[in-house]
Amino acid sequence: MDEGLVGRGAREGGRLFREWFQTLTDAAESGERAAYVFVMGSMMEVLRSFDMHTVFPEINSLQTAVRRVSDEYLSIAEDHGFSPDVCGYVKADYGLQMRGGEHPMGRIPKPSVAVLTNACNTYLKWGEIWERLYDIPTVTIDVPGSRRAPGTKAHRDGELERDRKYVEGQIREMIPILEEVSGRKFDIDRFREVLDLTNQMGRSWRRLLELNATHPAVFDAMQEGTIYLGVVNALRGTQAGVDYFRDLVEEMEYKVAENISPLVDREEGHRLIFVGVPCYPIFRRFHQLFTDWGGVFVSSTYMWFASGGLSREFEYDLDNPIESMADGMLQSVTGAVDAMLFHDQALIEAIDTYGADGVVYHPVKSCRTVSTGLADSRRVVLENRDVLCLYIESDMMDKRVVSEAQLKNRIDAFFEGLESRKLRMAASGATS
Amino acid sequence: MAYAVGVDVGSTQTKAVIVDEDERIVGRALILTGANVVAAAENAYRAALDDGDIPEEEVGFVVGTGYGRYRVEFGDTQITEIVCHARGAAQMFPDTETVLDMGGQDTKAIRVQKGGDVLDFCMNDKCAAGTGRFLQSAATALEMDLGDLGPKALQGQRPVAISTTCTVFAESEVLSWMARGKKIEDILLGVHQSIASRSFALLKRVGIEGEVTFTGGVTLNEAMVSVLNDLLETEMNVSEESHYMGALGAAIFGLQRVRAGRGVAAVEEVAS
Repeated sequence: MDEGLVGRGAREGGRLFREWFQTLTDAAESGERAAYVFVMGSMMEVLRSFDMHTVFPEINSLQTAVRRVSDEYLSIAEDHGFSPDVCGYVKADYGLQMRGGEHPMGRIPKPSVAVLTNACNTYLKWGEIWERLYDIPTVTIDVPGSRRAPGTKAHRDGELERDRKYVEGQIREMIPILEEVSGRKFDIDRFREVLDLTNQMGRSWRRLLELNATHPAVFDAMQEGTIYLGVVNALRGTQAGVDYFRDLVEEMEYKVAENISPLVDREEGHRLIFVGVPCYPIFRRFHQLFTDWGGVFVSSTYMWFASGGLSREFEYDLDNPIESMADGMLQSVTGAVDAMLFHDQALIEAIDTYGADGVVYHPVKSCRTVSTGLADSRRVVLENRDVLCLYIESDMMDKRVVSEAQLKNRIDAFFEGLESRKLRMAASGATS
Repeated sequence: MAYAVGVDVGSTQTKAVIVDEDERIVGRALILTGANVVAAAENAYRAALDDGDIPEEEVGFVVGTGYGRYRVEFGDTQITEIVCHARGAAQMFPDTETVLDMGGQDTKAIRVQKGGDVLDFCMNDKCAAGTGRFLQSAATALEMDLGDLGPKALQGQRPVAISTTCTVFAESEVLSWMARGKKIEDILLGVHQSIASRSFALLKRVGIEGEVTFTGGVTLNEAMVSVLNDLLETEMNVSEESHYMGALGAAIFGLQRVRAGRGVAAVEEVAS
């Protein structure tokens, strides 16, 4: 088999990501219009149908941390009066705006419009910053979120349909705003084409998640998963995205057939599930603290809540595109919020599906939204499954609140527990 | 005779324990860690050998633990103090299912299976709130020796409410109560209650089951033991070895390696 197949997804993902940033740089330099969006409820299909550039400030921000310069951007925001307690993504983006879009991956265009949802409270205040800075329209889609995601709880008659219509009405109100900003008429056939491409990506995405249930796992949901998440958001609704994930599935199916683990110099020792957002300021080292012990993240809540709903069994109905877009938005946003706040039952299912030995909870200081309720979730998981759980705290952006020595101490103790348990189980198996 | 040694390099003190093949403690030492962590580990090790009159060549395995475990340069392996405290507590009190370790800069709540395997643990976060360091700050503010805090606190009748658990602000809060004319013993009782309630919260996070064993340097403080017993509504296991529990656990792990033939003797055997 082609030797270049293994690792192709990571290489190609990196290349596509750099190309995407280059298109943003080109757009910034030529003054083309760009929409600012968020990973939860990005509305990409509508924006893509207008051929608008889309900017994900969350991705820009985390990239400053991965590239070890987030402190520069955070400092600018704090010099302007932002509290150390404010979301690190917001502050890094504010620093980026103050630097005229200068970013380690290129240059980020200014927004012509911002489209956001209420999936995160911070989005609303973040949008207000851009409104004040650039005097741009901000479209906020209010998604009813109090009823849990469809499929996780029975809904009363008509409740979902009323919610869907409420969201649909907001999408219809948004379209004229985008027509004005872009200077183009809305093309529903182009919109259908984009939805179809997203449907195809979604099938591959779900297959990808499914393939990692094999032993050994074929990719690490924290490290490689973050690359895949970048591509799935940036190239959502594009042929390049469809091709990428089709090829990625091919690679992973090959790895399944050949029993190829993401660990290069050791066997898979422990199968883990990651809950939360990674520690980007020391991303590689953070990940290594787990792989040094033979730990592999077979799944992560990040790949659920930050994939724009693609992890859910949902496809857009091309015959009713706007209605279906509303349905998808409703499901993906409520599903994302559930993946952050009500993930205990989903975790228990994932432990069974993926054969996990442990769950790693990583609350972060600068995002209380993804960190809320993790201690309760941990308690529920421990009560229901015979796994070990690790609870470690740091940050996704701010290295001032990351203590590598303390992280290592806790992670080492977690693995010592897993190893001891494994030996004990092997011993009891040998004597039984 | 083959011995195993555990060296626990803590933030404040370094402890070394030597056990023989019958799991008896035959040597121990405790010194201040100071700035030179490597020397502290070496000095504690030497002092423990002297204490037990143990020839170094009869030491089969050395385990480093504590925050400075990787600086035990003569050690054969390193194990976290979380696992070592659990093992040490189970060694000393076999029915232990919950361990509270209160050290100089961190406090750990650990759930263990009988036998000492760690089921779950929680620690204070990055700051030293609710740890022994808080007591040190209070002692500094009151110009008292650390060892005198406990007996004085036990005289308290009307404890003040200490609102901060921040070690940095502890001094100023203690001084503010002094300025308001509160008795030292009441302030100190309040300080102990404040730390204990924070530790109790950690314990609740892992679940309090079975016998609770208290380990670490603060076990020497009678007032802390008393206040925690009141909160837990049980008598915690405390022994004169509680201070050495991490080093003891490390030594027991070392002994397992000696028994498994992976100690110095095994290495020499392979080499020969």
